[in-house]
Amino acid sequence: MQVDPGIYSEYLLRLGDTNFVLGHRLSEWLGKAPTIEEELALINIGLDLIGQARAIYKHALSAGGDDRDEDQLVFLRDAHEYRNLLLVEKENGDFGYTIARQLAYSVYARLYWEALSTSKDLEVAGVAAKAAKEARYHVKHAGEWLVRLGDGTEESHARCQDGVDQVWMYTGEMFEMDAVAQSVLKAGLGVDAALLKGEWLSQMSAWLDRSTLTRPGDTWMVSGGRAGQHTEHLGRMLAEMQFLQRAYPGQKW
Amino acid sequence: MVTAVPSDDRPPSIAAIHAALEQVVDPEIPALSIRAIGILRDVRISDDGLTEVVITPTYSGCPAIDVITHEIKRVLAELCVTDVRVATSFNPPWTTDWIGDDAREIMKANGIAPPVGTVAAQEAFQVDFVSCPLCGSRQVELVSSFGSTSCKAQYRCRNCREPFAYFKNF
Repeated sequence: MQVDPGIYSEYLLRLGDTNFVLGHRLSEWLGKAPTIEEELALINIGLDLIGQARAIYKHALSAGGDDRDEDQLVFLRDAHEYRNLLLVEKENGDFGYTIARQLAYSVYARLYWEALSTSKDLEVAGVAAKAAKEARYHVKHAGEWLVRLGDGTEESHARCQDGVDQVWMYTGEMFEMDAVAQSVLKAGLGVDAALLKGEWLSQMSAWLDRSTLTRPGDTWMVSGGRAGQHTEHLGRMLAEMQFLQRAYPGQKW
Repeated sequence: MVTAVPSDDRPPSIAAIHAALEQVVDPEIPALSIRAIGILRDVRISDDGLTEVVITPTYSGCPAIDVITHEIKRVLAELCVTDVRVATSFNPPWTTDWIGDDAREIMKANGIAPPVGTVAAQEAFQVDFVSCPLCGSRQVELVSSFGSTSCKAQYRCRNCREPFAYFKNF
């Protein structure tokens, strides 16, 4: 079964954008992390995410017959053209929020990339297999911080619980399967995200238990990132990130 | 280092190209050639004379790939091979299991603890039995899972007190 190249390109763009936006958010911790070792960790995880995004963007562009490059994709698209999950675009908040978000995404990303590593598109499958191995270390990093802080002081516990509570309403979007995701899945090139939910929830619950934190109850889930409907946070992030290319088009190092 | 300049007009052989590529190193571990660490995957010469060199990144965000690509073109230009395409491939994805025993010894000599065991074993047991590359002691402690690069963790030796990098299993 074949998939329309434009639809496949749109699908890959979503994966690339989600990784890219979160990678950029992590880069904003540069110079502000609690310790220098932790700064290196957050920046390296961000670098992994941006590297994965670059590799996926290349395939998104070639699938769609698009002659732009990755730089043009990230620096010259406005917020409504971004296709990332809403989870990853919100401002970093405090360290508790950043870690809660990082764990929610990393657990999901590891499952997602593992599933995508069996794609019929062998180059994308390779990118996914590599990303899955990297995500394993990202899960460990965020999970161990959550345990240390959740099961830490009254203050660190409260902040982590607050982080988890704030993150929760953005996690439903990760498991949505719209028409684009369905047709890519049918062509043997995608992942059934809805099937990942049970395992994600069970791994998250295990981390939350170890962290002495409470798993938020069922709540209303916000979505819209894949249709280009974003929170105001993304616009502000892009305004700063894209300033140079907007003011001096084509400027290079 | 072998820099075989062909004595006649025939283009350099694949063997000569491989020999020249031995000069290209991983800029993050300059003691190791891209062949020894497994970044160099393939060299092909097509019928129309294009030399294609296939490399794979050690980790997704590896910033060294651009430098390595540039270096490959530079050393091949010295052999008068200028019609070169350097392709990056993730299939199959690079794994630390491709680092040969010789390369692991070179890492140790350069103060980097090589990955212990195999990726499968590490995933199964979730433990790294790291020893200090300087004094060999097993009395080491993890400082951070991410070090100077994403593929390395930071450790400290409790015996000789030296900090060192550990190349994680991927």
